[in-house]
Amino acid sequence: MSKITYIEHNGKPHTIEVSNGLSVMEGAIQNNIPGIDADCGGSMACATCHVYVKEEWFDKLPKKEDGEEDMLDMAYEPRKNSRLSCQLIVSDDLDGLTVSLPEKQA
Amino acid sequence: MINTDVLVIGAGPTGLFCAHQLGIIGLKCEVVDNLDKIGGQCIELYPDKPIYDIPAIPECTGEQLTNNLIEQIKPFNINFHLNNRVEEIKKDQNNWFIKTNKGIEFKTPNIIIAGGVGSFEPRKFSLKDCEKFEGKQIFYSVKDKTQFKNKTVCIFGGGDSALDWAIELSSNSKIILVHRRDEFRGVQASVDKVKELEKQGKIEIFTKYQLSSLEGEGEIKKIGIKHDDGNIKKINADCVLGFFGLIMQLGPILKWGLNLDKKTIKVNTENFETNLDGIFAIGDICSYPGKLKLILSGFHEGALAARGCFKYARPNEKLRFEFTTTSKSVQNRLGVKKDD
Repeated sequence: MSKITYIEHNGKPHTIEVSNGLSVMEGAIQNNIPGIDADCGGSMACATCHVYVKEEWFDKLPKKEDGEEDMLDMAYEPRKNSRLSCQLIVSDDLDGLTVSLPEKQA
Repeated sequence: MINTDVLVIGAGPTGLFCAHQLGIIGLKCEVVDNLDKIGGQCIELYPDKPIYDIPAIPECTGEQLTNNLIEQIKPFNINFHLNNRVEEIKKDQNNWFIKTNKGIEFKTPNIIIAGGVGSFEPRKFSLKDCEKFEGKQIFYSVKDKTQFKNKTVCIFGGGDSALDWAIELSSNSKIILVHRRDEFRGVQASVDKVKELEKQGKIEIFTKYQLSSLEGEGEIKKIGIKHDDGNIKKINADCVLGFFGLIMQLGPILKWGLNLDKKTIKVNTENFETNLDGIFAIGDICSYPGKLKLILSGFHEGALAARGCFKYARPNEKLRFEFTTTSKSVQNRLGVKKDD
């Protein structure tokens, strides 16, 4: 279990214990966090689980795989610290990760 | 007005196999899809990606799966209405009256919604002001390229659509290409061509920039673009084109009075009918306890929904269960020729 904090666009934080091995996206969906749609179910085929990773965490995350940056081109208001949360797999290394959610996903 | 036994909304794998099942039990159907081609997500999102969990097919791509399904429904000569999105539905006695955005009308006792995660729509600029100019100076597709002749056209995006139109329109327009990062994801040949046109002065390229403002009274004269580092540039533009791929939206379905659970439609698991008589939902768009978003589940759901349609389409007949291996009438519908 690792603690992941999701901050809604309106500023409301949700800190959830997510089992290691699940994605940050799955953690949000299973706990009904509003603001992550995950239309494609985690196959990196849409960009509706888009999150902004808190600066100090961004460089600690595993690098983007091919294709994630391409999908992020299609995200709503992508920024330098944008990631697809379906590609972030929870582990002890991610304990304490904070992500902010965009205004909307599509 | 087209009369049919069933209207299937969505030409993805689930809709296609459901059309097959309808054909098998002798019901006629018409298929509507908002995309310009058959295949749904399989074709739009992952035509080249392998799929490993279709029963009895160890591996196939989205495109192969689609082609096989199209082949399988050939005997039924099903009509497809592509580039059409269902806008309105109305019930009158035992029939549903349906109208698409292109004005096609259907009368049918049954609607099967196999709409995946909704219809594919172009992803738009996030800037609110853009709505006002949509279709006038801001476009998400090119219908008539002559309208851009001798104009300054600013194209946003880094994929094939953005690159292809930048190249195509550069012969008669001044092109400015803006993308949010340095790498373009279009095919290498197009990237090379764009770079070459940049050297010739036909295309101006700004990377790490995104649209930040529109300037002008009632008409766009200039646009503001913002660099990753916060710097803003003002550039002249007569037209703005955005190519950010497609998103999926439930769209008008939301307004039909269906029982919804987030972006899905609640159904029963006996025949996948919704809370409205004669409207069924199958595939990714339906939800019920234990729902798995797999293509194979969509096939199962379609087989049952097809049979659920029978009672409304043939109220005075009884549906007999038959196997394709042995039933003469089913084989006739399939056009199987036996030399006995």
